Amino acid sequence: MRFSEAWLREYVNPAIDTDTLVHQLTMAGLEVDSVTAAAGDFTGVVVAEILEAYPHPEADRLRICKVGAGLDQPLQIVCGAPNARVGLRVPLALVGSLLPGGLEIKSAQLRGIESFGMLCSQKELGIDEDASGLMELPLDAPIGMALREYLHLDDRLIEVDLTPNRADCLSVEGIAREVALLNTLPIMCPEVEAPAPVIDDIWPIRVEAPEACPRYLGQIIRGVNRHAGTPQWIKEKLRRSGLRSLDVIVDVTNYVLLELGQPLHAFDADRLEGGVCVRWARDGESLQLLNGQAVTLAPETLVIADDRKVLALAGIMGGSESAVCETTQDIFIECAYFDPSLMMGKARRYGLSTDSSHRFERGVSYELQSRALSRATQLILSLAGGQVGPVVERVALDYLPQRPEILLRAERIEKILGLSMSPERVIQILQGLGMTLTGDPLGWRVTAPAARFDIALEADLIEEVGRVYGYDHLPRRQPVIPAVMRPVSEGRLTLDRVKDLLVDRGYQEAITYSFVEASVQQLIDPGVEPLALKNPLSQELAVMRTSLWPGLLDAAIKNSHRQQDRVRLFESGLTFRPRGNDLAQEAVLSWLALGCHEAEQWGLPSRPVDFFDVKQDVEALVALTGRLADLRFVAAEHPALHKGQSAEMLLGEKRLGFMGLLHPGLEKRLGFPSGVFLVELLDHVLRDRQLPRFSSLSKFPSVRRDLALLVEQNVPVGTLLETTRASAGELLREAQVFDVYQGPGVEAGKKSVAIRLILQDAAETLVDTLVDGVVQKVLDGLAQRCGARLRD
Amino acid sequence: MTTLEDVLARAQGELLEADSLLLLDQVRVQYLGKKGLVTEQMKSLGALTGDERKAAGAKINLIRDQLVEAIDARRDVLEAQALKTRLASETIDVTLQGRGQQIGGLHPVTLTLRRMSALFSRIGFETVEGPEVEDDYHNFEALNIPASHPARAMHDTFYFDEHMLLRTHTSPVQVRIMESQTPPLRVIAPGRVYRCDSDLTHTPMFHQVEGFLVDRDVSFADLRGILYEFLKLFFEKDVAVRFRPSYFPFTEPSAEVDIACVICDGQGCRVCKQTGWLEVMGCGMIHPRVFEAVNIDAEVYSGFAFGLGVERMAMLRYGINDLRLFFENDLRFLRQFSAF
Repeated sequence: MRFSEAWLREYVNPAIDTDTLVHQLTMAGLEVDSVTAAAGDFTGVVVAEILEAYPHPEADRLRICKVGAGLDQPLQIVCGAPNARVGLRVPLALVGSLLPGGLEIKSAQLRGIESFGMLCSQKELGIDEDASGLMELPLDAPIGMALREYLHLDDRLIEVDLTPNRADCLSVEGIAREVALLNTLPIMCPEVEAPAPVIDDIWPIRVEAPEACPRYLGQIIRGVNRHAGTPQWIKEKLRRSGLRSLDVIVDVTNYVLLELGQPLHAFDADRLEGGVCVRWARDGESLQLLNGQAVTLAPETLVIADDRKVLALAGIMGGSESAVCETTQDIFIECAYFDPSLMMGKARRYGLSTDSSHRFERGVSYELQSRALSRATQLILSLAGGQVGPVVERVALDYLPQRPEILLRAERIEKILGLSMSPERVIQILQGLGMTLTGDPLGWRVTAPAARFDIALEADLIEEVGRVYGYDHLPRRQPVIPAVMRPVSEGRLTLDRVKDLLVDRGYQEAITYSFVEASVQQLIDPGVEPLALKNPLSQELAVMRTSLWPGLLDAAIKNSHRQQDRVRLFESGLTFRPRGNDLAQEAVLSWLALGCHEAEQWGLPSRPVDFFDVKQDVEALVALTGRLADLRFVAAEHPALHKGQSAEMLLGEKRLGFMGLLHPGLEKRLGFPSGVFLVELLDHVLRDRQLPRFSSLSKFPSVRRDLALLVEQNVPVGTLLETTRASAGELLREAQVFDVYQGPGVEAGKKSVAIRLILQDAAETLVDTLVDGVVQKVLDGLAQRCGARLRD
Repeated sequence: MTTLEDVLARAQGELLEADSLLLLDQVRVQYLGKKGLVTEQMKSLGALTGDERKAAGAKINLIRDQLVEAIDARRDVLEAQALKTRLASETIDVTLQGRGQQIGGLHPVTLTLRRMSALFSRIGFETVEGPEVEDDYHNFEALNIPASHPARAMHDTFYFDEHMLLRTHTSPVQVRIMESQTPPLRVIAPGRVYRCDSDLTHTPMFHQVEGFLVDRDVSFADLRGILYEFLKLFFEKDVAVRFRPSYFPFTEPSAEVDIACVICDGQGCRVCKQTGWLEVMGCGMIHPRVFEAVNIDAEVYSGFAFGLGVERMAMLRYGINDLRLFFENDLRFLRQFSAF
């Protein structure tokens, strides 16, 4: 809501400057968004009259004007504006004046004719955007008077960003009420007296939907002069509030809307066929709106209708057919209260948001209608003449809101605000807000005014007291918190530690959107129907991810396009998998490696990252849980991965996740320059940690035996190691593969695998015969289960 | 016949010419070895008698000691030379870069979240997470935002169907915790939130931290106290803070918290739109209707809640000037935060 500071000061004029006023408003919860000048910065501009105007001999579009500005002699001014005509009163920038932007006016020659000043448009004075011609002033504007003074331009436009609960401040009077209270000053409201009816015309009014319109007032004025012209002071106030002046009738209704916060509508009475009815729309009805839009009405739309047709969307916008127009003589003015909860969202469903709907949705005082209607008719009669009929009022008391009596306990104010406030101050604040108070042993019984739709509970009153008192004047303290220790589990690996490990291994953390493109998701996880947004922002952000891979791949390809040939990214977050009627929101940890294993550097041969580099990342992470021995990699296919380089990971009995090389088909389709390795682990499986269990250290030396084995090339090394461990017995401390070889010296179809065994006993030094026995058991096991034999 | 003095003089001359440890040892053997010249002299003592032998022996011993000393001295010199040569030959270019894997880094949102969790956990706030796909009840209804409420228009919500949506704030975690636990409660709930909005200053996904404390006798003064401290410690600066009345359906009284602009120190700049103040969080006393929805007796317990935007705090802390950078995952951006 934007209003003029000068207008506000007509109501209440505290002795503070604009900055202080603005600060006061903001700190009272009426946040000031901006303060702008009502006009540009200029000097030396006066009201002048064009006395003569004739064409410039050398230029078609220029005119030579003789202009009276209250000086001894008329001034000669060359002007190019199309509306420069005799008799017009306009702003004149005299020689020596300064215009906005620092332009200094000097006497000049225009095509050989001397010119002593400049006639101005609104835009040139920073008043409005209108640059189509000279600013036209009223014919009674005093010649020679400084324009700033005449139009009171030394004013500021204050824009407040009101929260939805403060509909009572959607008017100058509402804001003034707050300012008066904050400065403990009285408020001077305009005197409103209902004009006495001079004709008997009563327009029939029927309210068929009293639940939505518990109060409706209407009044006829006959013989108004719509062309009377709107006085400058109303025009200026409308302009400063951001509204255009149209005609005197509409201007008055808009003026009252800004002044009191009550929307009104004037109908051309000659266009009404029969009585006015407030009812719900009927199926198939339509309406041509004032803004030219044609709408088909939904049944839950409240309308104003006559006997034959719909006239207006109630509380939103009038129709064009019944609007005040060129030929209008008689008008019917409506002034109503509509129920906010039934108005909510109605304008939006027609793509509309109007000053009127904005107010009705948030709540207009249900006691304001009579006063607002009188204010409007009073103004119309005085500005446009006419004869007024009696006010017709329809009220459904059962449906009018009632402000509850709320018990406000003094003790509760202290408990919530942490401050014991004097009863006098509480009373002063609440009364200043228009509340009615009666005494109670515990405090007060308070009734809020009709304009306050946001006061229903004791807490609401406490907020009002705190707000007006000033939040920054309320006390501050450090809460006393009981020193109760919280459990710290060693059985869970923290996500922080997991992330730190990946960071230390050269990965950058990424955060990608949780919604991805359906087609990419489909490529990665074809088996799952993802959860789709009903109102996605775009095709690229349309379905909830079932894996973090689509997001990471997208981030990687974009980096690759930014000349990053080595990308290592990880992310942790939720995946969303529909399961029947349910949805699994499961946290996962994923990462991706593309390009060289290490950044290109001296002294290290540059080589592309491979499966085993990334596998080591997984092993390092699992090592943090103390369960590395339980980790197994099983060759398994995944639709997104190369079938020869992908593995399912198992941790104990649980599925930990998948890793592997992005499928070459996808690599090409997504545009990657080289192989991309991907990992995804289930967070809850990964983070189960086993507490270390100490075993005593042997005092006896260990023995190392290396076995060079020959096996079929398709026998997995994992099987060899498992067999070794199973066959060796309890003396085995460690079994490691330290070489795998295929090539000359090894027969085709076979591979040579070198395994190192470390044996040790806790109680004695191992003798060779014992060691030989263990090795033989291992060899027997390997021969039986894996077809392995010692290499010659 | 060569005298002992001649032998010594010759040996000293040869020592000087020995320019390696090997040659030095040859000299030693030649004079002091089993068949060395000095050793031979010792052997010849057997032919002498009594006093003669004593005198000659003493002389030989003297010469031998001098020779041993000279050899040791020469060895020191040669060893020093050899070490010097070795050091020279083994010198490397220490300006060459270290080798191996380089470290990555955490996302600035994570850095900021960790910082916030660290500050609050020290006064006993527990970090809790909640679902991101939420139901209408937890995201709106239970927070005193019924279907027709104007505040719904402030949340541009992503929907899946009538009841399921992407949470628009982290406040539903507050409801979930209060439903399942009994006071006293001290919780912060960080996480992703979603709004159907995308432009220069909005991304459809961002992060919030919700915090709340419920106990007997919690007041607005406690809220002010905690948030003042938090903001000061977060920015490591004695930053000016102000509480401005505002409106949230789930708190009453409600406030917005502004800090003096950390970019211009409150002088007025583009970031604070010339006001000198930056809005950093919303907060208030938990609304009685919210307590009612989760069956907590508002006559016995009171509490405060606050919510803040993580990206905004990260932008102010690290001087990031474009919100959209947070989700572009440009390595050139991410690497700037590796230092933490």
